[in-house]
Amino acid sequence: MTAVLTAPPASPHRQRARRRWIGFAVAVAVLFVALALSIAIGSRTIDLSTVWRVLWHPDGSAESAIVHDLRFPRTVLGLGVGAALGLAGTVMQALTRNPLAEPGLLGVNLGASTAVVVAIAFLGVTTASGYVWFAFAGAALTSAAVFALGGTGRHPTPERQILAGVSITAVLGAIVWAILVLRREAFDRYRHWDVGSFSDRDSATVTQILPFLVAGVVLTLVLGRQLNALSLGDESATSLGARPARIRALGLLAVTLLCGAATAAAGPIWFLGLAVPYAARMIVGSDQRWILAYAVILGPALLLGADVLGRVLVAPAELPVGVVTAFLGAPLFIALCRRRRLSSL
Amino acid sequence: MNDARLRAEDVTLAYDKRVVAEHLDVQIADGSFTVIVGPNACGKSTLLKSLARVLKPQSGAVYLDGQAIASYPSKQVAKQLGMLPQSPIVPGGIVVEELVARGRFAHQRLLKQWSPEDEAAVTEAMRLTEVSDLADRFVDELSGGQRQRVWLAMALAQQTPILLLDEPTTFLDLSHQFEVLDLCAELHEQGRTIVAVLHDLNHACRYATELIVMKAGKVIAQGAPAEVMTAQQVEDVFAMPCRVIDDPETGTPMVVPADRHRRRGARTPEAARA
Amino acid sequence: MTATLEKRPAKRAVVRAGAFSVRLYPRALIVGVVLVLIALTMALVNLTTGDFPVPVGEVLKSLAGKGTAGTDFIVYELRLPRVLVTLLVGLALGASGAVFQSLTRNPLGSPDFVGLTTGAASGALIVMLIVGGGGLQVSAGAITGCVVTAVVVYLLAFRRGVQPFRLVLMGIGVSALLEALNSYLIYRAQLNEAIAAQVWLIGSVNGRGWTEVVIVAVTVVVLVPLVVHYGRHLKMLALGDEMAVLHGVPVERSRAVLALAAVSLSAGATAAAGPIAFVALAAPPLAARLSSSPSSGILPAAGMGAALLSAGDWAAQNALPGNDIPVGVITAALGGVYLTWLLFHEKRGARA
Repeated sequence: MTAVLTAPPASPHRQRARRRWIGFAVAVAVLFVALALSIAIGSRTIDLSTVWRVLWHPDGSAESAIVHDLRFPRTVLGLGVGAALGLAGTVMQALTRNPLAEPGLLGVNLGASTAVVVAIAFLGVTTASGYVWFAFAGAALTSAAVFALGGTGRHPTPERQILAGVSITAVLGAIVWAILVLRREAFDRYRHWDVGSFSDRDSATVTQILPFLVAGVVLTLVLGRQLNALSLGDESATSLGARPARIRALGLLAVTLLCGAATAAAGPIWFLGLAVPYAARMIVGSDQRWILAYAVILGPALLLGADVLGRVLVAPAELPVGVVTAFLGAPLFIALCRRRRLSSL
Repeated sequence: MNDARLRAEDVTLAYDKRVVAEHLDVQIADGSFTVIVGPNACGKSTLLKSLARVLKPQSGAVYLDGQAIASYPSKQVAKQLGMLPQSPIVPGGIVVEELVARGRFAHQRLLKQWSPEDEAAVTEAMRLTEVSDLADRFVDELSGGQRQRVWLAMALAQQTPILLLDEPTTFLDLSHQFEVLDLCAELHEQGRTIVAVLHDLNHACRYATELIVMKAGKVIAQGAPAEVMTAQQVEDVFAMPCRVIDDPETGTPMVVPADRHRRRGARTPEAARA
Repeated sequence: MTATLEKRPAKRAVVRAGAFSVRLYPRALIVGVVLVLIALTMALVNLTTGDFPVPVGEVLKSLAGKGTAGTDFIVYELRLPRVLVTLLVGLALGASGAVFQSLTRNPLGSPDFVGLTTGAASGALIVMLIVGGGGLQVSAGAITGCVVTAVVVYLLAFRRGVQPFRLVLMGIGVSALLEALNSYLIYRAQLNEAIAAQVWLIGSVNGRGWTEVVIVAVTVVVLVPLVVHYGRHLKMLALGDEMAVLHGVPVERSRAVLALAAVSLSAGATAAAGPIAFVALAAPPLAARLSSSPSSGILPAAGMGAALLSAGDWAAQNALPGNDIPVGVITAALGGVYLTWLLFHEKRGARA
């Protein structure tokens, strides 16, 4: 910090760099607070020193059981899902050069949902860990379909991609509805999964999605530089030596991995993929590498914060986290849109 | 000259909070071919937009025939004053003739949607701008120059006594630039008031009866080109040394920029010959 | 009064009679008429089919007031309200979608996407699941929800005038919020209520009576002529606000009137049949393509809406034997398939 403080009057460039680092430090601090709260707060609140003690030294007490069996897996899940959705949103927006793109809008969430509905209704799958593979397959198929419909051809445009997402969403929505109307018992399970929630997910879920999450995160972070090139438009990117088609394919693979894993674990959570990159862009500007770095931190911070809020607001009952994110994210999004001039990517 | 049909009085022009011009007074002489010139971002187009009531002044007002332009019904103004904007939205799936025909909106009513006058005005506008051959082509498939002439045709179809043109020569090749300017001159001779923003000072001097020179949101000079366009004036406004000579064709002022590039390298023709 | 009809090379015709003059697109006209005929035919077919098949002749006799008591009961009490609701809701949705897409200059700018349907759904769900009302109260809830949402979205988007793109954005934001509310309401409800709510959310014309017919008929009769009257303004607004002002369109007023009318059409339709997806989105571009006219005309779009929904309802009744599935399922599937097809085959698809 001293180096920064004694530096000569900062150039705009350096000011921006400083702002990015400070913002990053603040974001990390916020994430840690969210993590701590997520473990400590709930229908039975445990003070932080106890949390710290039983976390490292399980002593068989009720607190210890709560922390290890309920809160810790739940928090880790939130961490992973938040990072995944934040990154997925960022990559989607960069790929489509559309500040409104997000996994929900492009139909990936609903793809996962559809597969889960099929699993519940026809294959008798009833556990969260059982949903995972179906959700994952659904997300992968939908991403591929959106890409095939909207991303290929000579002129893949953001509008075409969004339209592709919307049309696929419509078809899938119809399938889901038809199934749910015909199979009432499936509807009951589905409505609980569909709100997006961390409760009744166990640590097996975390273990299952972990490999996909890690692969997705690594792939995304490696792509950062290429996404920067892509933000200038396909023609400029090509003249800079980047290969837009390949970047798109890899980006979509990353999105599939991240969304599939996240949706499988937590149900469809809307808005995080939209809000996180938006907030990151406001702080750091247009450098995709920085936006991605922020997304990894801000995503989980926001999601865990929302989850804690959901536990507190209507205690002893619980608001599903997906509902909280929408209620927090939507007004923020509206405020941002109103205040700023709309800059496309 | 307080009775000019179109004038702006003490207007402050701004986009949201960015003020472009403050306390501006401008009168457009009736029956003139007025050309507004000035460096980039001096507020020329902004002024034109406010005269056409597309941009509302933050304070002050634009007057048409002595009455605040904002107080008229919009259609009534549209019968008096038309404008060619700088970069209109190009709508998809619409053919040239249909677009030009939409220029007749102000003259149409629910039960009178396509009178013989409408048809005549559209045909004439397309003939004057030489887009008759393009009548059935889609507007979004035209080149920039063709499109510019279509937009001009749409403005002409409106048949207004006052016509404002924001850089009508952009996208056009040299011969089409002069054709458009000749057309403006012809319309002016027929009695219309023309106000145009132009970048080329020599075009401006050749065609204008009245020049308005702007810099940083202020009107620096207004008057006939021969009075206004001096070497000193150009250097003051554009920060560029030049000579002003008589146009060998028309005798109007002609701006010849000083040869900064070679002089800087000390390789003037004289030096090279020596 | 000599009416002249002259053909022009670019498939436009002019009709003039005295002071009256209008420019027509024969193809759009033909498409509109054909669509209405299709819609009426489908309606007639729907009157004949069901648990008690009634021959076409008997149905027509009954409609002419010469039927037997038995067929009269089936036609007037059981089937006609449903058929009329289907036709009128289709008309309303098609017209509403055409106005919205034109206003927002965006193929996604339909009531489904600017948050109106979601708002209507929230209103209805609150009535069904929290207040515990039914029937007309649900309709009232839907209308209230729809109008309140529209006003909120409009106010949020208003900043020295309403930019179309900002309107879509605000719609997306608000509908995300409401969607979360809706899933939460369903999540915390009793299973039976939740199922009823879900069926309503999909949009259905099953068991609709004369009350619903009146609601949507009044909406259509009052608002469609208004919207058509303002259709010329709509064409100018499509060229951008600046152009519209220059040619004498009172931009904010026209837009407010058009938006309000389109909202009300959508609200009326939703109140009668629930939020039926995709008719408002797909009908206008489909109609525009068929009539190859520059802008998706309001009347062809309305005709297309009616035809689509009538055909959809027939499919919904007959797709699964013995199971009357909600028509919303069919329209969503058809709409989605159409959009997908469009993306495959149409280079100018994004523009349509």
